[in-house]
Amino acid sequence: MDRTSRPRPRRFALVTAAAAAALMVAGCSSDSGGKKAEEDSGNASAGKADTPRMKVAMITHAAPGDTFWDLIRKGAETAAAKDNVELVYSNSPDSAKQANLVQNAIDQKVDGIAVTLAKPDAMKSVVAKAKKAGIPVVGLNGGIDDWKEQGLLQYFGQDEFVAGEAFGEKLNELGAKNSICVIHEQGHVALEARCAGVKKTFKGKSTTLNVNGTNMPSVKSTINAKLKQDSSIDYVVTLGAPFALTAVQSVDDAGSKAKVATFDLNKEMVDAVESGDIEFAVDQQPYLQGYLSVDALWLYKTNGNFSGGGQEPVLTGPAFVDKENVADIAKFAAKGTR
Amino acid sequence: MTQATAPAESPPSPASPAAPKDGRTSQRSLTRRLAARPEIGALIAAIAVYVFFFAVATPFREAGSLANVLYEASVMGIMALPVALLMIGGEFDLSAGVAVTTSALTASIWSFQLSMNVWTGVVVALVVALAIGAFNGWLLVRTGLPSFLITLGSFLILQGANLAVTKFYTGNVATDSISDMDGFDQARKVFASEIGIGGVDVKITVFYWLILAAAATWLLLRTKFGNWIFATGGNQESARAVGVPVTFTKIALFMTVGAGAWFVGMHILFSFNTVQSGEGVGNEFLYIIAAVIGGCLLTGGYGSAVGPVIGAFIFGMVSQGIVYANWNPDWFKAFLGVMLLLAALVNLWVRRQATRR
Repeated sequence: MDRTSRPRPRRFALVTAAAAAALMVAGCSSDSGGKKAEEDSGNASAGKADTPRMKVAMITHAAPGDTFWDLIRKGAETAAAKDNVELVYSNSPDSAKQANLVQNAIDQKVDGIAVTLAKPDAMKSVVAKAKKAGIPVVGLNGGIDDWKEQGLLQYFGQDEFVAGEAFGEKLNELGAKNSICVIHEQGHVALEARCAGVKKTFKGKSTTLNVNGTNMPSVKSTINAKLKQDSSIDYVVTLGAPFALTAVQSVDDAGSKAKVATFDLNKEMVDAVESGDIEFAVDQQPYLQGYLSVDALWLYKTNGNFSGGGQEPVLTGPAFVDKENVADIAKFAAKGTR
Repeated sequence: MTQATAPAESPPSPASPAAPKDGRTSQRSLTRRLAARPEIGALIAAIAVYVFFFAVATPFREAGSLANVLYEASVMGIMALPVALLMIGGEFDLSAGVAVTTSALTASIWSFQLSMNVWTGVVVALVVALAIGAFNGWLLVRTGLPSFLITLGSFLILQGANLAVTKFYTGNVATDSISDMDGFDQARKVFASEIGIGGVDVKITVFYWLILAAAATWLLLRTKFGNWIFATGGNQESARAVGVPVTFTKIALFMTVGAGAWFVGMHILFSFNTVQSGEGVGNEFLYIIAAVIGGCLLTGGYGSAVGPVIGAFIFGMVSQGIVYANWNPDWFKAFLGVMLLLAALVNLWVRRQATRR
């Protein structure tokens, strides 16, 4: 071990600690923004049911740390708190692991399972096992074409293709001629379906663009490059809220006149729609999907109700958010529940 | 190894011309010496890629497009520099990609939660980033485990912590926007502004990138510490035997990676206002790729600081050039892979030619 080098890092640590302390003492507070400015608004709560405690497992194909999935989870948690349900949430983007998590829930003998069928075939056998064990299963978010066939009780979600079609219609209405559809995760079925839906109804030209969603500077550069490559593009369609905000910067950098519209919504998005940076957003209401899934299992257990008669899905979207109705949604988005 | 440790561009010593001719000490021709530099293969590959896209993609020829390519290359390249130094020193850092996100999250959450001037968050993030580097380095020299294993551990820890801590404080998986807080505009000027050159807006990161590359080159070729890096990466035991402070060198290199992660993290925070906690995963490999294309050996002891600059530039050119050329987007990743492989092959071929006698 080399001893001469040891005091150095320690001295350095001392200096930085002192500097940090000095900064704090100096009172470097911010007069605007920050936690202080954030409104403290209560969560949606309507008392609590006095039905016996039950246990529901929600198993999704979410990748960790995605704003969208967080809303689904929040909706599910709100319903669980209200219905006296113990919610066990787990997720894995890998379909084999997700199937294992369902098996895990069956082993725990839960009273109900809410599951996403992003890769329906991988989930088939384990869903059948759950039914055999007498556990009611509802579907949400992904698997609109397969839930019926697999015998799920009901389904809550948006038909991505239908949402894409509605999006395309809206673009026609706004007089768009040439749009690009930015896919932030290449090969993702739901994202491809949205772009395909847009392409079907949109009367102008529609091309797709693949970007690397985990690397924002790269997303920004790539959209910029595409706008330069084809200067007649007048609408950039993104498939996730954070990418829409980045696209606005790209449009600015490229000196393009293109407008930005997006699927999905988040807190910052609302401001951007208000200020006109973003024309409109299509919300599939993930909070509602999570909430309804848990609530439905509770209703089925306590009163035997279920929606759609096992034939029709319950559609939670598409809900358009534009300048006209954004003010109503802003207060919910600020809480991080819309 | 002697090629790498000696400053290659050192002027011929004035005393030597009179000395008797000796095959070992005689000066090789300038082309030979140039061709033996680690980055020359990458440079030729970069020129080839540039000419290729210049020919096939009309929009690629504009100055604005070059600025755009340089921007993507710079954000990757700033991190590729310390990663390359670390690789020359014989170690990997797999946590480099998520450490960028960790710094950005730290600065954002600190400033927002305490409602403090954003500069305090910037300073705290630097301390955290350096601490992560120091922890990686300290654990490495203490345990003697391979850096691949140790930083794989810290990669996973940081990835989880990014998500959990963000969720704990903000209740969401992305940070709150700090764009309306004191000091933000100032910090944005420093980390994420643009400088107009001849009507083209060039992102400030491009300049930082080139300045840092120059500094890293000087460090490697002209300082004692640079020699320590080569010696440590070449053969750790011999280096220790001749008195190189191996422990200090390694910890310092890991902390340099931490500093790089801090810088890029600040850029991302101040140009995008909010940070998503899941970002950055996978970028650690891009940094390593840039360094390897630029001529750094995976085994350590050989490489340069100019190399990763060119490596990142090639990566930027290829990933944007495909878009400028308007190729079928479904093939994007495949094109990217083929182009990178070709660049690496040209690089290899040039180096073979150079070392052949």
